[in-house]
Amino acid sequence: MAEKIATREAYGNALAEFGAKYENLVVLDADLAAATKTSTFKKAFPDRFFDCGIAENNMINVAVGLSLSGKIPFASTFAMFAAGRSYEQIRNSVGYPHTNVKIGATHAGITVGEDGATHQCNEDIALMRTIPGMTILNPADAVEARLAVEAAIKMQGPCYLRFGRMAVPVIFDANYKFEIGRGVKLADGTDVSLIATGIEVEQALAARELLAAEGISASVVNIHTIKPLDEDLVVAEAQKTGAVVTCEEHSIIGGLGGAVAECLSAKCPTPVLRVGVEDTFGRSGPAKELVSYFGLDAAAIAAKAKAAVALKK
Amino acid sequence: MDKQRLNELAEIARRVRVGIIDAVYSASSGHPGGSLSIADILTYLYFEELRVDPANPDAPDRDRFVLSKGHCAPALYSVLAQRGFIPVEDLKTFRKTTSYLQGHPDMKHTPGVDMTSGSLGQGVSVAAGMALAAKMDKSDRRVYAIMGDGESEEGQVWEAAMFAGHHHLDNLCYYVDLNGLQIDGSLDQVVDPRPHDEKFRAFGWNVISINAHDFNEIEAALKAAREYKGKPTVIIGNSVKGKGVSFMENNVGWHGKAPNTEEYEIAMRELGERA
Repeated sequence: MAEKIATREAYGNALAEFGAKYENLVVLDADLAAATKTSTFKKAFPDRFFDCGIAENNMINVAVGLSLSGKIPFASTFAMFAAGRSYEQIRNSVGYPHTNVKIGATHAGITVGEDGATHQCNEDIALMRTIPGMTILNPADAVEARLAVEAAIKMQGPCYLRFGRMAVPVIFDANYKFEIGRGVKLADGTDVSLIATGIEVEQALAARELLAAEGISASVVNIHTIKPLDEDLVVAEAQKTGAVVTCEEHSIIGGLGGAVAECLSAKCPTPVLRVGVEDTFGRSGPAKELVSYFGLDAAAIAAKAKAAVALKK
Repeated sequence: MDKQRLNELAEIARRVRVGIIDAVYSASSGHPGGSLSIADILTYLYFEELRVDPANPDAPDRDRFVLSKGHCAPALYSVLAQRGFIPVEDLKTFRKTTSYLQGHPDMKHTPGVDMTSGSLGQGVSVAAGMALAAKMDKSDRRVYAIMGDGESEEGQVWEAAMFAGHHHLDNLCYYVDLNGLQIDGSLDQVVDPRPHDEKFRAFGWNVISINAHDFNEIEAALKAAREYKGKPTVIIGNSVKGKGVSFMENNVGWHGKAPNTEEYEIAMRELGERA
């Protein structure tokens, strides 16, 4: 079994690593540094770390003020309180004036686990997607999380980064290349395309094995950048296999599935089935169990893939 | 302040008020009441206090100003015009579809606007972030923000006050435009946010209360704020909403309404623009 590490852990490590290289990097948190792992940065660079207390809205706008003075702020809290509670601060003070603020949102999706529905944000990608000019990064493993952090530092403008609580296998090696807005083809196939993001990339790769055993050839694409979406790659996949399944740890409404369906309905009408949290709230339970409970595991993806193949004309 | 300078500032403030009425009248919409109540403090800030340069509006070490009560954009645009950041005649394009003078301040398209604002409660937090950055940079630049009294009903204002007090941001100065009126009525008819002085003091602020329309008191307060070390300062400006136009003064109906032609002419006459 591959080494397992949560993307939030990789996020904290990356901040501390890049803090040395980028001296304008500053990090803010809202009394969750131990959980978001920004505490790793705090230990390395205490003078560039500000705990804003349990006051997320102020934190986002303080980050805006820092960014307008040449700093590169990462504001961190759980996805629920970043994209959820502070949506309007992000929309009006980060998005509209296109300020150089990075939002490091951890504990996204149902793999928050036992804390349950109040803390399981399945809506953040949908919310952030509606903001013009917002870049949304959703890394699949620790390697990608690290590369996403540096890419966010180097780009100019608003960026929402989504990290998870649960330890997940390291999929990519040291040679892995990451470019914002460019999807990554991980495996070829001819019958159906599994277009996945975040922790669902691992599940999609496992689903591909299940499908192969039944004689179905599936390709797997990793979409780490939800916005701007790599439309060329999505269209190329649809043209080649004629059936698409999107896989995400997010509501089936407005996330990767929504983005892919919107793209293909205009550019290459194709059956698209969406694996994600159905139109419902989360619940308490061990994270790994919840992945199956909410129909996000490899078996669920394989079943949807077969249904998508059946929809082909 | 000597008499001559006092007269000069009064004349500039008069022209700022004329610009406010021109802008709102031309747009047939906008917020004259709260704009007129901050015309004097804005005049003093832009002509005496702020280290800013219209020829170089993005200079990194300039002082910063955030109009947290962004609906009073006509006052900000008018003082920026008087100070030479934008042409005075552009005020008449306010709120027009192709104009850069948006209904609420847009820093991306208006020289001299340091922060986009309009959604209440956010500007004061941004100003705190700017002040924190100046401290990190060991720069002597200062940060000022004007907020409304109604705006102080927003919980985020007190998050910002807590944060700035905690970090001892003595390079930060808030100004509360205490004109006593908000859209739905007087403060005590809505949800009274007063007293501001005790609340800010409790959050670790230096508090100064003044007559908002007296340049000597404005000058003394801003000087005291600059000299006060270890705490941010809030100046509570006891103001008259609609100040300078008789029928708008202390009248909640003029919070967000444009004058008709007849009212415009009366306002211009009272502001000394008509014989």
